[in-house]
Amino acid sequence: MASRDIHGIDAPWGAFRHVGRDLRKVDGLAKATGAAMYTDDIALPGMLHAKTLRSPHAHARIRSIDAADALRLAGVHAVITGEHLPVTYGILPWTQDETALAVGKVRFVGEPVAAVAAVDEDAANAALKLIRVEYEPLHAYLDPFESLARHDPPIHEGRKDGNVSKHVHLAFGDVDAALAEADVVIEDDYVFHGTTHAAIEPHCAVGHYGADGVLTVWSSTQITHYVHRALARVLDVPAHRIRVIQPCLGGAFGGKSDPFSLEFVVAKLAMTTGRPVKMLYTREEVFYTHRGRHPMHMRYRTGATREGRLVGVDATIVIDGGAYSSYGLVTTYYAGQLLTGPYAFATYRFDSTRAFTNKPPCGPKRGHGSVQPRFAFEVQLDELASTLEIDPIEIRRRNLLGEHTTTVNGQRITSNGFARCLDVVEHASNWKTRHGQLPFGRGMGVAGSMYISGTNYPIYPNPMPQAAVQLKIDRSGLVTVFTGANDIGQGSNSIAQYLVAEELGLALDQVRVVSADTDLCPVDLGAYSSRETFMVGNALIDACRKVRPLVVRAVADHWQVDPSRVRFVDGVVVELDDPPLQPAGVAVGGEARPGASPPDAAAGRRWMTAAEAFQLAEARFDTLGATGAYNTPTLGGDYRGGTIGAAPAYSFTAHVVEVSVDVETGRITCEKVWIAHDCGRALNPMLVAGQMEGSAYMGVAEALMEAHGVNRFGLHAGPSLLDYRIPTTVDTPELAALIVESLDPEGPYGAKEAGEGPLHPAIPAISNAVFDAVGIRLKHLPFTPGKVLAALRARKDAAAGTPAPALAGGAR
Amino acid sequence: MLRLPRFELRQPTSLGEAVTLLREEGAGAMVMAGGTDLLPNMKHELFTPRVVVSLGRVPELRGITRDPDGTLVVGAMARIAEIASSESVRKQAPALAQAAGLVAGPQLRRAGTIGGNVLLDTRCQYYNQSYFWRSALGFCLKKDGVVCHVVAGGSRCVAAASADCAPALMTLGAVLEIVGANGHRTVAIDEFWLGDGIVNRRLAVGEILVAIRIPPTPPGHRGAYGKLRERGSIDFPLLGVACRLDVGDGDRVEHGDLVLTALAARPKRIPQAASRLVSTRLGTEEFRAAIDELGALAHRQCHTLANVPGDQEWRREMIPVYVRRTLQAAAAGNGPVHHV
Repeated sequence: MASRDIHGIDAPWGAFRHVGRDLRKVDGLAKATGAAMYTDDIALPGMLHAKTLRSPHAHARIRSIDAADALRLAGVHAVITGEHLPVTYGILPWTQDETALAVGKVRFVGEPVAAVAAVDEDAANAALKLIRVEYEPLHAYLDPFESLARHDPPIHEGRKDGNVSKHVHLAFGDVDAALAEADVVIEDDYVFHGTTHAAIEPHCAVGHYGADGVLTVWSSTQITHYVHRALARVLDVPAHRIRVIQPCLGGAFGGKSDPFSLEFVVAKLAMTTGRPVKMLYTREEVFYTHRGRHPMHMRYRTGATREGRLVGVDATIVIDGGAYSSYGLVTTYYAGQLLTGPYAFATYRFDSTRAFTNKPPCGPKRGHGSVQPRFAFEVQLDELASTLEIDPIEIRRRNLLGEHTTTVNGQRITSNGFARCLDVVEHASNWKTRHGQLPFGRGMGVAGSMYISGTNYPIYPNPMPQAAVQLKIDRSGLVTVFTGANDIGQGSNSIAQYLVAEELGLALDQVRVVSADTDLCPVDLGAYSSRETFMVGNALIDACRKVRPLVVRAVADHWQVDPSRVRFVDGVVVELDDPPLQPAGVAVGGEARPGASPPDAAAGRRWMTAAEAFQLAEARFDTLGATGAYNTPTLGGDYRGGTIGAAPAYSFTAHVVEVSVDVETGRITCEKVWIAHDCGRALNPMLVAGQMEGSAYMGVAEALMEAHGVNRFGLHAGPSLLDYRIPTTVDTPELAALIVESLDPEGPYGAKEAGEGPLHPAIPAISNAVFDAVGIRLKHLPFTPGKVLAALRARKDAAAGTPAPALAGGAR
Repeated sequence: MLRLPRFELRQPTSLGEAVTLLREEGAGAMVMAGGTDLLPNMKHELFTPRVVVSLGRVPELRGITRDPDGTLVVGAMARIAEIASSESVRKQAPALAQAAGLVAGPQLRRAGTIGGNVLLDTRCQYYNQSYFWRSALGFCLKKDGVVCHVVAGGSRCVAAASADCAPALMTLGAVLEIVGANGHRTVAIDEFWLGDGIVNRRLAVGEILVAIRIPPTPPGHRGAYGKLRERGSIDFPLLGVACRLDVGDGDRVEHGDLVLTALAARPKRIPQAASRLVSTRLGTEEFRAAIDELGALAHRQCHTLANVPGDQEWRREMIPVYVRRTLQAAAAGNGPVHHV
């Protein structure tokens, strides 16, 4: 048993008992009843409250900070500034360009400059107003093209490449020759505007510095392990004296996957004051913290044969990164690396450049780095189809990548259910009789996508397992699972319960999960890149298969039968196959738990409870427990950056969207989304469907409503949930989740991801549906009514033979 | 979470007590009805009253009743959800019921009051922000500053009247009943507004809006409200259109009115609406021509500003569309005009 073992896709005891069923989440009732403990629910004796002073300037040098008056205010215990936390950090080891509080200069409006700990939030807020900061404003870069054209003054000093955050250029095959020989080439510009996560729980952290010298930080994070490392680095405390705990979490979507200012600040203030310190961000502060989806300006050229076969794709992408690197290096790669499925590209080239700007830093949001290029490419593919007069689903079929193959950029593809996804949405939406045949103003569009199911890139290079778990087998019949995985609402704790109950043949309530506590749990890298189910699932199976044989052997020896005749079912151990007839419980008193009827007990077969089996095993082998681990196989193309985007498996999605367009108001109504998603095996179909619906909802929102940006003054355009418009229930289309199961050879029982992939096609499918509805191609997000009206006018003008003005909608 | 500034809460149990309290406290006090506008604004430090006088326990301000002459008397503390679902309001003042039904979202309509909606503070993207945000901007004309960020060089605040119910009440000829230290007064809602975004209503310090009187409407009365917004709930109007058609024999219009809001500091009536609509017959080409013309007129007379968030050009383009659709809805006896 080892981290690179492949465990197969079959049920461990013949037939699945828990897997494949619509089971409740382990924390569902606690959340629904309000009993769940979130970070902000933590209250410790003597706890102080901290607040952050933020920069009012988009770009400025800090001349001086005077906190004397604030420190004199009654109730104030400490004020800290950048000089108290000067050590840089960043999620990636190569781009450690952040500090918890600004050092020397500020780079966006809302950047943390100082922090106050006081007896309550009001006292802390009052103290903030007494801190005097002298700034020397600098030129603010609000446009990435300007950042790339000039860099005096630079946003980050001392860089060789000015305001360039990262540049990637990769080519696979001779794209120029392929495009020159193509029967048709479509070339156009596409713009993704930028959105944020808008998780309902704002960021919160509590710091505690114990008399034993142990620093504990509770944080609403999705990456406990990286926060642990970053705290050790910045606070200069050995990692073994730091404990990081993630309590119940109210949504993340990638917005809690960096180490953040507040985590260092509460830790430092707790160490400074000797009191526990809590900081809860306001909604406005969450918008400044951001790390949302990057705005991208994308130029694509796609060439195909007359029959619609793709011969070459050429992309040039400028990425607006905001003020800091965050995951930007990965984003810059992902923008190109993740496009090479579900269609086979004969040749491919991309050039992507991430620019620093004086805006809240961008980062990973559900579908990190690949939602934007996917939008551009799928709209371009649709245009290729209409140019060649090929049905949009058919052109996608003609370019299928297929399973157990390799992409043009060297990524290994295992299972691939994309062809079935297309079939399923085509059938469910009655595509053949409706696409292209609905009345003017109503239309249907299709799009596809592929996404990573985990990544073999462990953020900091190391040869250790990416996921690890520990099992404690208790003589009470309870198995406790310790996992570093971060349950952010996606259900990773629930999946852990189902899988261990399945592997060990237990009832669900015999498995409890302790997660995301660095003192108790083996390291897991965290909830990002859709890795938890795949990697932790494999680690769990690995652990179970180490300990299960011991328990089985103890029972088999006790019964003096072959181990193959011992079977665990829902917490009861039974003897299989023609056992000698004798009263149950002769040997080990078979007291079945209340409500559990031992299978085949009536037939007189021998049986015992799992607790009794554990006791036999404990008596025989000493204290029972096991660790399990998972690590990715060696993956990726043999070139610099070739491992970025390499995943042990890929999920596939196809959407059909039906829209109506009000040609008088320009408003697009998304009527229905059919979502077919290949998640390998649906371990819990209800949770998979929830992820599919939630993803599609988020994609529709990004296409039609949500926009994250700054105004002409460099201030956030509306840092509130009133002005940043996430759809309400009445704005949400009907969503049909259609699960496709391809059974991946390396996933746990064949499972792959479901949390991010199903977002991608929603956005281009809407654009493509609008084309079917009213004949305009929307290429600039968001698809606002004003852009629709402008494009409709341009179309009318073009039809009338008058030259169309250049416009945002970009109808051709 | 944003903190509320500290204040003293007073909860009078009679109108007289409330008036006395407000007289004693003067400009340091503010009145709270449902609190759905006041409290968020206080969190943004737009208001920092020393005393908040809650009207929640004043019985005289509640309820919807009818005077013998048919006047509908709507207590200022009637909940917006009550207005939206009241049979009397739906029958006598359909535009008001529709407007009330589109205010904010369901929870806020249960907490918010009609009086609070009429007295809603004007709104602007440079004003309805936190203290930090406004300080980073350098503040504005309406609060703490001296410049307007909507109109460069502007010396008059253009924050937008954003109450959905106000234009509907204007088409209904509503009269506001107000009490203060100097006694009781009434004012036609048309006369109540000022063209100043800083304070757009004539309500003296210490005065309380008590009730809204809606005169009887004739049997052929029809009305409708159209609301433009991005989402199907919660959002303030990007444009509001209220209209009235009193229809007599032979489906002939005997009286008409058209009032728009969410443009500038006060709701705006299209003065030609009455003359253009009167004597046209519903369902005829003549009526259709009249409403098209009114749409074009409104488009000429009304300008959108970057005061409220959203696409300013699109909001202006929607003026003729929403004018036409709202009048059509009134003529057909349905409405409201809303995208969901």
